Amino acid sequence: MSIRFELRAQPSRTMVWLSPIIAITLTCCVAMVIFALAGLEPVSALATFIFSPLADLYSVGELLIKAAPLVLIAVGLAVGFRAGVWNVGGEGQLILGVIFGGFIALTFGPTGGVWVLPVMVVGGAIGGAIWAGIPAFLRTHFNASEILTSLMLNYVAQLWLSYLIFGPWRDPAGFNFPQSAPLAPSALFPTLIDGTRANASILIALVAVGLGWALMSKSFVGFQLKVTGLSEGAAKYAGFSAKRAVWIGMLAGGVAAGIAGVGEIAGPLGQIFPTASPGYGYAAIIVAFLGRLNPIGILFSGLLMSLLYLSGDVAQMSLGLPSSITGLFQGTLLFFLLTADVLIHYRLRATSAAGAPKGAANGL
Amino acid sequence: MPLPETDPGRQFRLELRGISKSYPAVRANDRIDLTVAPGEIHAVVGENGAGKSTLMKIIYGMVRPDAGDVLWNGRETQISSPAEAQRLGIGMVFQHFALFDTLTVAENIALALPEKLPLKAVAARIVEVASRYGLPVDPGRHIYTMSVGERQRVEIIRSLLQKPGLLIMDEPTSVLTPQAVDTLFVTLRELAADGCSILYISHKLDEIRALCERATILRGGKVTGVCDPRRESSNAMARMMIGADIQAISSARTVSAGSERLAIHNLSLPASDPFGTTLSDISLSIRGGEVLGIAGVSGNGQQELLAALSGETMFADPQVITIDGKPAANLDPRQRRAIGLSSVPEDRLGRGAIPSLPLSENALLTNGGPDSVRGGFIRLDKVKAFAERCIAEFGVRGGTADSPAGSLSGGNLQKFIVGREILQAPGVLVVAQPTWGVDIGAAIAIRQAILDLRAKGAAVLVISEELDELFEIADRIAVIASGRLSPSVPRGRFDRDAIGLAMSGQFAAASNRSEASRVHSV
Repeated sequence: MSIRFELRAQPSRTMVWLSPIIAITLTCCVAMVIFALAGLEPVSALATFIFSPLADLYSVGELLIKAAPLVLIAVGLAVGFRAGVWNVGGEGQLILGVIFGGFIALTFGPTGGVWVLPVMVVGGAIGGAIWAGIPAFLRTHFNASEILTSLMLNYVAQLWLSYLIFGPWRDPAGFNFPQSAPLAPSALFPTLIDGTRANASILIALVAVGLGWALMSKSFVGFQLKVTGLSEGAAKYAGFSAKRAVWIGMLAGGVAAGIAGVGEIAGPLGQIFPTASPGYGYAAIIVAFLGRLNPIGILFSGLLMSLLYLSGDVAQMSLGLPSSITGLFQGTLLFFLLTADVLIHYRLRATSAAGAPKGAANGL
Repeated sequence: MPLPETDPGRQFRLELRGISKSYPAVRANDRIDLTVAPGEIHAVVGENGAGKSTLMKIIYGMVRPDAGDVLWNGRETQISSPAEAQRLGIGMVFQHFALFDTLTVAENIALALPEKLPLKAVAARIVEVASRYGLPVDPGRHIYTMSVGERQRVEIIRSLLQKPGLLIMDEPTSVLTPQAVDTLFVTLRELAADGCSILYISHKLDEIRALCERATILRGGKVTGVCDPRRESSNAMARMMIGADIQAISSARTVSAGSERLAIHNLSLPASDPFGTTLSDISLSIRGGEVLGIAGVSGNGQQELLAALSGETMFADPQVITIDGKPAANLDPRQRRAIGLSSVPEDRLGRGAIPSLPLSENALLTNGGPDSVRGGFIRLDKVKAFAERCIAEFGVRGGTADSPAGSLSGGNLQKFIVGREILQAPGVLVVAQPTWGVDIGAAIAIRQAILDLRAKGAAVLVISEELDELFEIADRIAVIASGRLSPSVPRGRFDRDAIGLAMSGQFAAASNRSEASRVHSV
């Protein structure tokens, strides 16, 4: 008696959505093992880990404010991922949004009116688009892998931001700390819910979900991108341009990440630090795949990933665990997701040693 | 001559008893019995999907049967891998060759031999086997310089060096010119006379009747008959193969040709990769109500020509290709479709359709006009209705508009793809290998659809390796060889031998022959 994988006649639609649930369940199991090894009572520690970030309105606000950039970037990246365009430069594109938006805020914020914030958003979008446009250009003209170029540009962007904050943008009244002057009120997103830090950038994320859904599920451009991602040969035959798909895919991610960058400095931070992003550009990749590259799915996976960030803080404060536990659980979650995804195309089948199948396949 | 199975004293080279093999969606082999005597040329006949390939893979050790016994020279045997099969003395020549283009004949063959021999010794053995069976091959030549027929020879020699007791040939003639087929048959008969058994997989009944002593006919994974093909009519065998009589296609042959709808003027195109074919100075013209067939052995520029016509390859000079008189060579596929040129690629899955997407979305692949897309948004109901029309009008079975394309059989998917293009009422249709790997019923339906489109005044270009198909539906036939196109010959002057010669690149010889035969027939 042994268990082997057998190709399904067609991909299982159920497993497409069941797989994230399996992954989450298995991640919880791993979490409990780690809690137990750390000498904590596993079940109650898990409960603390999951539920304490949701205990009060303020915490819910934190959940939303962290989910917003993740969802926004993930939707943008998903447009590219569906077309087979592997933009892993969300982090760098976010930082360019910080730099462009920050420049506008620092230059016009103190004197400008209500127009400052919209201009920052547009500026951030342009910054992200430029940074995403570089790999797109290299890919379409020299066939350079956008995975490598977009990834490397993340480090370039990070160094640019550090230069600005340690140099020209350093707050003269900041006791030599690496930070900019606080942004003017006209350069900040208004708060949505009193008593929380939840601000209007959440609405941008929701709009992105709506736009992403319309683009991917309803529009002909979205169909062309999907075809390009699934089959280069079919796209060529149909006359869908692969270069156009690269540009659209990269720019969608760049614009989304750039706006998310503005959301960070014009939101909870209210100031520009060299560490403007706690790795949102990378985490959004996990969010995108966890959400099945579907904007509605991304909405939920973004909330989940945001919960993991907050739980990391809880782990540090109430459970006495290091905050790097967040990264560990993120990685575990992605690992189990990719593993469980095998079951979309394959099913498990019990066989006897002789190789003859024994009965029908069971549930999976 | 008595059939071998009636002779009890004789031992079979290979005997299969009750072989069964199931895949998730299909029972590929269902209690199959098969016997092959030493020195027998035995045909395994059946349509695509009848289970021929699975059965051969079981014999060659690539697939394990769920049930049943394999007897080799009378002894029960478990063949667990191709290496094991070769050790027993089973050789196989695949339909798609497994040769390294950049290596020489001797290097390719040395790679496949179980023992390590110096190249010189391998070359000597190649020459020995080659001369014995009349398979001329230079061991020092590189594969990429060889024609498909020559490559097949290399594959056969590779198998023969292992001194096989059984040679499996999988659709060996699909890549050969008629003359090369004759040469191959001579070799196979000599091999059989030397005691080597041959399992000959094919769906071409005429060839089987010319070559084989016995035939096992498969349908839907089951044996539906064993016969002596020399004594059966093609029709009787076809009935066993498809379970019904073959319908003839009806062609209203008297459509008067209209004005020129598609023209190519002196098209030349350098090969885009080292092993591609350079197109040189191709010109042709097709009128409305006319079918032009392009014959040729695959790899002689068919793919390049199709890409140039469909718009996947574009040209700077728009005048090279004209569609209804409009210069079109600088247009992309969607723009060409908008002015009336549709195309059907030879590769169904991965080009003509996307296996994981439902038929409705596959219909949208080439039907992105204002009917299906408004203001940039897809009109799902219209797209679905169009897919359902393709399914209904072209008799696509085994799927609805929501079924993934990959779940359909080859024939049904091809009917869907052809239907998708024809229902858009193109003025010009370019089709490559319309019935490749398609069952007989679907092939007839597709050819009929092409003729119906012709009757409506469209110009049709059919690129096909099946000469019989072109003889059936084409009004004129031209031959492509090494990237050059021969002048076309009108129906009524079709001559299998002349076309065969042209397929091997001998245009001058072919036209001389055709002249000669014309004079002769007058």
